[in-house]
Amino acid sequence: MNVILLSIIVLGTIGIVGAAVLFLVARRFHVQEDPRIDEVEALLPGANCGGCGRSGCRDFAAACVKADSLESLNCPSSGAEIMKKIGDIVGLTPAVTKPKIAVIKCNGTCDLRPSLARFEGGPSCSVMASLGTGESPCPNGCLGCGDCVEACPYGAMKMNLETGLPEVIEDKCVGCGVCVKSCPRSIIELRYKGPRGMRVYVACSNREKGAQAMKECKVACIGCSKCVKVCTHDAITVSGNLSYIDFEKCKLCRKCVDVCPTHAIHAVNFPVKKAEAVSE
Amino acid sequence: MKLHTFKIGGVHPAENKVAAGKPIVTLPLPAEVVLPVAQHIGAPAKPVVKKGDKVKRGDRVAEAGGFVSAHIHTPISGTVVKIDVARTPQGMPVEAIFIKSDEADREADAAAIAGLTPARSDAEVKALDGKAIIDLIKEAGIVGLGGATFPTHVKLMPPPGSKAEVVIINAVECEPCLSCDDMLMRENAPEIVKGVGLLMKAAGVGKGVIAIENNKPEAIAIMTDAVASSGISGLEVMPMKVKYPQGGEKQLIEAVTGREVPSGGLPIATGAIVQNVATAYAVYRAVYFNEPILDRVLTIHTGDDGKNLRVALGTILADIVDTDDYEKIILGGPMMGRTASTLQTPMIKGTSGILLDKRYAHRREMEPCIRCGACVTACPMGLEPYLISTLSRLKEYDEAENEKIANCIECGSCNYACPASRPILDFIRVGKGKVMAAIRARAAAAKS
Repeated sequence: MNVILLSIIVLGTIGIVGAAVLFLVARRFHVQEDPRIDEVEALLPGANCGGCGRSGCRDFAAACVKADSLESLNCPSSGAEIMKKIGDIVGLTPAVTKPKIAVIKCNGTCDLRPSLARFEGGPSCSVMASLGTGESPCPNGCLGCGDCVEACPYGAMKMNLETGLPEVIEDKCVGCGVCVKSCPRSIIELRYKGPRGMRVYVACSNREKGAQAMKECKVACIGCSKCVKVCTHDAITVSGNLSYIDFEKCKLCRKCVDVCPTHAIHAVNFPVKKAEAVSE
Repeated sequence: MKLHTFKIGGVHPAENKVAAGKPIVTLPLPAEVVLPVAQHIGAPAKPVVKKGDKVKRGDRVAEAGGFVSAHIHTPISGTVVKIDVARTPQGMPVEAIFIKSDEADREADAAAIAGLTPARSDAEVKALDGKAIIDLIKEAGIVGLGGATFPTHVKLMPPPGSKAEVVIINAVECEPCLSCDDMLMRENAPEIVKGVGLLMKAAGVGKGVIAIENNKPEAIAIMTDAVASSGISGLEVMPMKVKYPQGGEKQLIEAVTGREVPSGGLPIATGAIVQNVATAYAVYRAVYFNEPILDRVLTIHTGDDGKNLRVALGTILADIVDTDDYEKIILGGPMMGRTASTLQTPMIKGTSGILLDKRYAHRREMEPCIRCGACVTACPMGLEPYLISTLSRLKEYDEAENEKIANCIECGSCNYACPASRPILDFIRVGKGKVMAAIRARAAAAKS
């Protein structure tokens, strides 16, 4: 009996003293935090992808609450609706941004480019890129080890084992840009998602001269400038033997798609009827 | 006598030096050479010729593009066909000068080689001071021929505040399969010793060590005789215990002098200047014959057979290799050599060997790491390869820098020792590149 009583008294006393210390410490070192940070953070996806340029969602929320204007603050993963809600909480109007999506600027599937070697080293694009051109002769194209698939925090990329190229799952991609940073060949670009997902882009990153590019891949951009001539919106430029379509200027007319001799320019998500798409 | 070697780590791969003892065969000059402007560590050279120019053997076709850079000379007479993009052995584009010779050019070259006489006599060479020798080395475009291709004249001019005390000649040749340095020593020992003497004079030191691994007894004997009869004081031949990577600069300095190169510091901090034995021979040619570096010796290893060839720089590798019985091409030795995806690429100053041995063609299948620590035991730099490799794979570059990833010499001992055949070095190399870039960026930011 005595033992039980003694234990209760000793343990109880330790508990009370500990509680008192904790209470005092919590009082003494209390940090007054803006409750709006929690509110904003609750709206964010919480993937800590870094697409906003901050170290994580909490950091972004704190920056939003502190900021005088939301001009330079945008969570690409959340989209305009969430940003508007955040704007309501902090009493500011967010900048209007069009949603973006990652596109793979390489179309060199296994059967379209010759295979030079079989890679047996560490299974990573960064390792392959440090060693040379990889399995194909193209020095700029996709290496196919899936560093981007591994990096994507939203599970929005998958490797197509038949083509050896990664694919973006459009519904899941939020345009955070993590894959862009993970690619050692820099072949992923964030472009406007476009109305109903329609977009036109050059699916190639090869910067070799025409003849060499053709040897390296059947669907390489050869820098022939046919697309530049046909474009009526001044949206296409060719530099370093590679064509680039400015998505700010592109009106999705798709004239360039038809003239490209190597079919390196891709138009995706267009309805079959052509006239409808042009009026869009 | 106890043989010298370095203390930490190291491995001993099967030597397979089948080409040792095969005399060096000089290949006839090729009809066409391709000279990449980036054949050395540092800034690429700038072409000084243009399309259509006539050039003579030994003419400078590209000049150093910075302080750490080297001139490039043509080994054949002929016409500059074009300055265009060539392929590195790994298929990446690189600017290069293409030169083609005709019948008359080839005859002129053959006559020039046959009638080559020393440009300077022994007495004239003796009269040269250190600065003059360094200038001649710079003019000749000599770089470290062991494979790292660091410009030799830069190494001989230590930064202010550091002083050279000893020149170490790296004749270790610790890479398996290669025997080009071994054969060069057996055939050209007196010339090499003269070259070493010149290097010692250029560096202003009175002490020289020629370090040779103990698996080359013929070379040790011949070099010892040559040193004794040369009358150069302070020069000695030091037999070394056979251990890889003894030919690494930091390992060799520790093995010979017992001093360690500080982490992040230059080798000169220990007072040692390390030069390859083939570089010493090139220095001899440059000073006595006024001849720039035009060719080098390389070993071709095909498994059971091997040979040592003296080949003009810029020769297309496909013209040297006369067999198609191989599965994989490795340029350099099996430990540090790099796989080439094509033979349609020129040989450069750093090409020390072509490996076509099928035994080296495939990696074993990768298995999970069992945390045995074999890589830690093997690492000659005292690092933890499994750890920095994983950190690098997970892109934790800050942590990798704290674990001294920048000290890795990429010798491949960890890969060799790993019982699970993990590609440890592959990931370390990527991480080291990132960390070095970050360190350089910080240094540049601190300067400005």
